[in-house]
Amino acid sequence: MSAVLADLVVGRRRRVRRRGAVVAVLAALVVTIFAVSLMVGHTYYPLIDVWHVIVGDVVPGASFTVGELRLPRASLAVLAGFAFGIGGVTFQTMLRNPLASPDIIGISQGASAAGVFAIVVLGYSGPTVSVVAVVAALVTALLIYLLAWKDGVVGTRLVLVGIGIAAMLHSVISWVLLRASQWDLQVAMRWLTGSLNHASWDVVIPLLVAVLAATPVLLSQGRPLALLELGDDTAAALGVPVERTRLVSIVAAVLLIACATAAAGPIAFVAFLAGPIAARLVGPGASLLVPAGLVGALIVLLADQVGQWALGTRYPVGVVTGALGAPYLVYLLARTNKSGGSL
Amino acid sequence: MTTEHHLAIERVSLSYGDLPVVTALDVALPPGKITVVVGANACGKSTVLRAMSRLLRPSEGRIVLDGRDIHRLPTREVARTLGLLPQSPVAPEGIVVADLVARGRHPHQKMLARWSNADDRAVAEALAATGVEDLADRSVDELSGGQRQRVWIAMALAQQTDILLLDEPTTFLDVTHQVEVLDLLTDLNRKRGTTIAMVLHDLNLAARYADHLIALRGGAVVAAGPPAAVVTEQLVRAVFALESLVITDPVSGTPLVVPQGRHHALTEVMV
Repeated sequence: MSAVLADLVVGRRRRVRRRGAVVAVLAALVVTIFAVSLMVGHTYYPLIDVWHVIVGDVVPGASFTVGELRLPRASLAVLAGFAFGIGGVTFQTMLRNPLASPDIIGISQGASAAGVFAIVVLGYSGPTVSVVAVVAALVTALLIYLLAWKDGVVGTRLVLVGIGIAAMLHSVISWVLLRASQWDLQVAMRWLTGSLNHASWDVVIPLLVAVLAATPVLLSQGRPLALLELGDDTAAALGVPVERTRLVSIVAAVLLIACATAAAGPIAFVAFLAGPIAARLVGPGASLLVPAGLVGALIVLLADQVGQWALGTRYPVGVVTGALGAPYLVYLLARTNKSGGSL
Repeated sequence: MTTEHHLAIERVSLSYGDLPVVTALDVALPPGKITVVVGANACGKSTVLRAMSRLLRPSEGRIVLDGRDIHRLPTREVARTLGLLPQSPVAPEGIVVADLVARGRHPHQKMLARWSNADDRAVAEALAATGVEDLADRSVDELSGGQRQRVWIAMALAQQTDILLLDEPTTFLDVTHQVEVLDLLTDLNRKRGTTIAMVLHDLNLAARYADHLIALRGGAVVAAGPPAAVVTEQLVRAVFALESLVITDPVSGTPLVVPQGRHHALTEVMV
């Protein structure tokens, strides 16, 4: 008995250490790449100048380039990536399906369609558009949930309903864009391709508030969410309030996804990729919320650097993440096909 | 461990959507005993078990745990007294045995509290009691059906409840593992006094392992009591619409149901 106990403790500590190490390394990488992206560009500024700018000193040249251009851009990359990552993995965990990511099942598209509609048809601008998009994303999530409901919600059915809704929203977007004027079209495009080009503090601050508000809520649901993976009945038998956990998690995750979409556009596949990558790194059995958020931040930071400097022309970040994510989607579908067809 | 927990359903009606499954049913679990629910397919066995474990809200009547309506008690508090192993629980991909069993500790953990020594001890005990301690670091995906079922039971044991409900715990197992699982549950009942209620398909194993047998048909109790008193040829006919001979099990002394089909009957035993 005591030998069993000793082995058990050793095994558990090993897994906890691995998880801690992965989170520490990811966080260190995010900080490093964040710092590097503040330093490099058309003009190089040493770390010390960057630091002076961050603490508020005036450094000629750097104060504008770093303080007004690079810092908001890198902050937006980290926040949007984190929001997509943690929001995406919440859906994937809750529905026990890697395809159940908000950018696959139409929630991001809901935000985009509403954003475009608000700009082109209703003539709104600025924060009002974001509010419309957040509300629309919540409504879309609710709609998908209700349409997929039949004695409870099964992941596969929700994914299929969501893909259908996503396609319908795409056609709404196309229809609205056909009616758009030249000027509206440019603004509206922001809602279609993930991009950090218009990063400014006006964009970053609302997202920061959303992340600070929704992340603790999601983290508080971490343990019940992990129990939902055992099936609704088992989770309920273990004392998890199943419907409440799901509702709270969905609202918090949709809020994050919608606010990130409002700030940076639907950066393709970040929500979809972050969770599975985090799961590979952390190993099974641990909560993926924080690791997936960090992986998301890392993907967006790196993809933006690649999009800006590595490809000759400057590409929006969403183009790069799209090129990364699409092959993974194909891989996942191919694997599903081999394993007998269940999604 | 005490066994003085009482679980009963009183005048309960249950339905799936508009389809009534059970009407005004009374069932009480004798504390410290093994109760087995039997019945033909779609007679409401699993429905009754799900209702008892508060997963299904009755449209009428109430489920009573220690004198109180189970739906008015905090669900975590109930989960410290009452455990359930559903028919087909899902193991997250790649999860190792120790982590899966550890999830049974949820009702004992405070929201932000860290993992405690008591948690470790409970998991170790559960692994040892079900004989899966050597599998602790293995991935659940790699296990055989029998091993996997013992791991799930270990998870339910880690929950340390005095009442344990199991929905067809032997259904996907071969006969060796069926007997193994039922022996394990009997150990649990005899050593710790855990009140056990389960749904079983095999009438003979039910008659052998049950202290208290409940036979359901069409959502109503046809008979309830010790198997020796309850299992008769009339009962088998009433519940399963099957002609049979009931003899004494030469191994256990409990009733043994020998079914009669249209073929393979020796004339001597034809009724």
